[in-house]
Amino acid sequence: MATAAKRGKQRLAVAKTYKIYIDGKFPRTESGRYFPLEDRKGNVIANICRGSRKDFRNAVVAARKAQPGWAKASAYLRGQILYRIAEMLEGRRDQFIAELSLQGVARRTAEKEVDGSIDRLIYFAGWSDKYQQVFSSVNPVSSSHFNFSVLEPTGVVSILAPERSGLIGLISNIAPAIVGGNSCVVLASESLPLCAISFAEVLQVADVPAGVVNILTGHRSELTEHFASHMDVNAVIYCDGDKKVARVIQEAAADNIKHVVRRTKINWPDKTAQHPYLISDTQEIKTVWHPIGT
Amino acid sequence: MAAPENKLAFDDGWQYSPAPESTDHVKIDKRYELFIGGKFVAPEKGKYFDTINPATEERLSRVADASALDVDKAVKAARKAYGPWSRLKAAERGKYIYRIARIMQERSREFAVIESLDGGKPIRESRDVDIPLAAAHFFYYAGWADKLEYAFPGRKVKPLGVAGQVIPWNFPMLMASWKIAPALACGNTVVLKPAETTPLTAMKLAEVIADAGLPPGVVNIVTGAGDTGAAVVTHPDVDKVAFTGSTSVGRVIQKALAGTNKKYTLELGGKAANIVFADAAIDQAVEGIVTGIFFNQGHVCCAGSRLLVQESVADEVVQKLKDRMETLIVGDPLDKNTDIGAINSASQLKTIEAYLEIGQEEGGTMYQSSCAVPDKGYWCRPTIFTGVSQSNRVVQEEIFGPVLAIQTFRTFDEAVSKANNTPYGLSGGIWTDKGAKIFKMTQSVRAGVVWANTFNKFDPASPFGGYKESGVGREGGLHGLGAYLKLEA
Repeated sequence: MATAAKRGKQRLAVAKTYKIYIDGKFPRTESGRYFPLEDRKGNVIANICRGSRKDFRNAVVAARKAQPGWAKASAYLRGQILYRIAEMLEGRRDQFIAELSLQGVARRTAEKEVDGSIDRLIYFAGWSDKYQQVFSSVNPVSSSHFNFSVLEPTGVVSILAPERSGLIGLISNIAPAIVGGNSCVVLASESLPLCAISFAEVLQVADVPAGVVNILTGHRSELTEHFASHMDVNAVIYCDGDKKVARVIQEAAADNIKHVVRRTKINWPDKTAQHPYLISDTQEIKTVWHPIGT
Repeated sequence: MAAPENKLAFDDGWQYSPAPESTDHVKIDKRYELFIGGKFVAPEKGKYFDTINPATEERLSRVADASALDVDKAVKAARKAYGPWSRLKAAERGKYIYRIARIMQERSREFAVIESLDGGKPIRESRDVDIPLAAAHFFYYAGWADKLEYAFPGRKVKPLGVAGQVIPWNFPMLMASWKIAPALACGNTVVLKPAETTPLTAMKLAEVIADAGLPPGVVNIVTGAGDTGAAVVTHPDVDKVAFTGSTSVGRVIQKALAGTNKKYTLELGGKAANIVFADAAIDQAVEGIVTGIFFNQGHVCCAGSRLLVQESVADEVVQKLKDRMETLIVGDPLDKNTDIGAINSASQLKTIEAYLEIGQEEGGTMYQSSCAVPDKGYWCRPTIFTGVSQSNRVVQEEIFGPVLAIQTFRTFDEAVSKANNTPYGLSGGIWTDKGAKIFKMTQSVRAGVVWANTFNKFDPASPFGGYKESGVGREGGLHGLGAYLKLEA
């Protein structure tokens, strides 16, 4: 709204409606609710969807449906799709810088964050056909068997994205989950939600199959427990919160022995925030035995 | 297809003579204390409980019942030992663990006998599987102690601190080794709680640890039941919790740890499907089914407690299975001829018997072999259910006994969807002579361990652990190290 208004003097600019991203589509929240996102001066930047539990459940259905096919895609293909996301983001670099600035991030910082985000996608794209080689093993068992352990995606991962790192923090959690063949449902930063939805648009044109990444906006206080308790989610990643929040998440996660991944106090733009263990966090080890004989 | 005659009646006219393992070399004390700070100490509250032989219902010994006070003492001892132990030269740490392995090997027969006496498992299994594997586990992890930096590329590794470990009664000494060996190799100290029905080999392990000269407090063993386990898991100065047991208790533990920074690994229940295709080597598959469900009386979390058999060979497989079941000898765990020993406890027998009722009430057809069982002790004949459906409780729930639920399938996809249709994901079995089918099925089954044309094999170098509600983390192999280390940039 405000963006558009500032731009055109000759013509009236067209403002974007920020919606949520489920199953490759951009619906409004089924709840019909919103919260206004304001700039520092109190001007409304956009009305953001206040996603509901029902939205989340719909997103999990989409993620579950998409996951097996995505996991079966070749590592090469997954890598190319992640690379393609980076390409699409590069093309929209200015838009993301503008959005970050609009949300109060200094121009230089915003530029660095967008560039870092693109590079981080390239980083994880490159891991697609390598992490398996680093983390798998052939196991020298004593009996006459061929025995090996490989990584397989955990399944559907719910991600409570970093609150204070609206783009690179978001991407640094989505990319390692999906490069490993998981699908995910993400709750975007509540205070910096714009880039998350624009990033969904990037995903959609980058040939990421529908349902592999689903992105919701909304109130963290309302949705956190549902992200942790849903019985068809295999792992939950959370990036903020004190002990109390951690307790809520872990107690709810225990209902189906969900894997809980804590990524708090991470400086997301920093190089230390990119490593392949972010991939292995949402991988299972599968060990296969077969007799050796004639 | 017409059912063939039973061709496996080996003992027609010939009877197996008893071949009991001797027990005269085995020393079981009248009473066992707690192993804390390198000493055997009496429990603060002076309470003891009986541990009995499930094959005779006779008392073997009395064992200390550790209260929260004792657990606190044990954790303090472990904490005190942690600093020096974690700073010890890694190669020296490894040598201590090698010592444990060697002493276990030396005393293996004695431990096998005690394992069978206390837990009811056939001596053939405790002698050939449990104890050798337990010693091998220590030997394997001993060698990792000074090589940890090679296991996690690009990371620095650090021990976690004090590990609180709670283990089950189905493989008492093996589970103790799965827990203790990697914890020590990574530089942690340990408080271990063995199961209340099988505490004796853990106390023997305490002797081994003392004999190996481990610094006091590096390993502490506290015996007791659920309350003792809860005290270990929830103790505020425990940094890492490792639990093997039921999914319901695992859930309680995960909730109890919520809001703490404790790391945890959970090895929980299972309801594995053994999937037999028409093109399998049928006789071998039948052996695999028998190993899958009757090994260790079916007290195995990764047991093949469901059989999915392709429809065209179902009659043949079931008949051959029944024939084979008739040859299984149920009885004295110390007899070397015994295939199926005693059910571990009266309460577990009750649980199994309740499921036998449930299975029949749900409409399943129950078949048991006709073998004789001893008068005293806890016994369950090998049992199969046919005519059961996916929603039946005997198909969905872990029974933890020698009870197999049999279903059929027509297509590959049907087998996959049935195999994966439980909350569990610990293990699976696949029987076919077609290599491509093996790889497709091993990729399709959502489980942490998949045996192809074999079943229930274990090795220290081989990671073990489940998907979904079967747990979190892996034990064994390189991947088992991750559970006991902090990884830093």
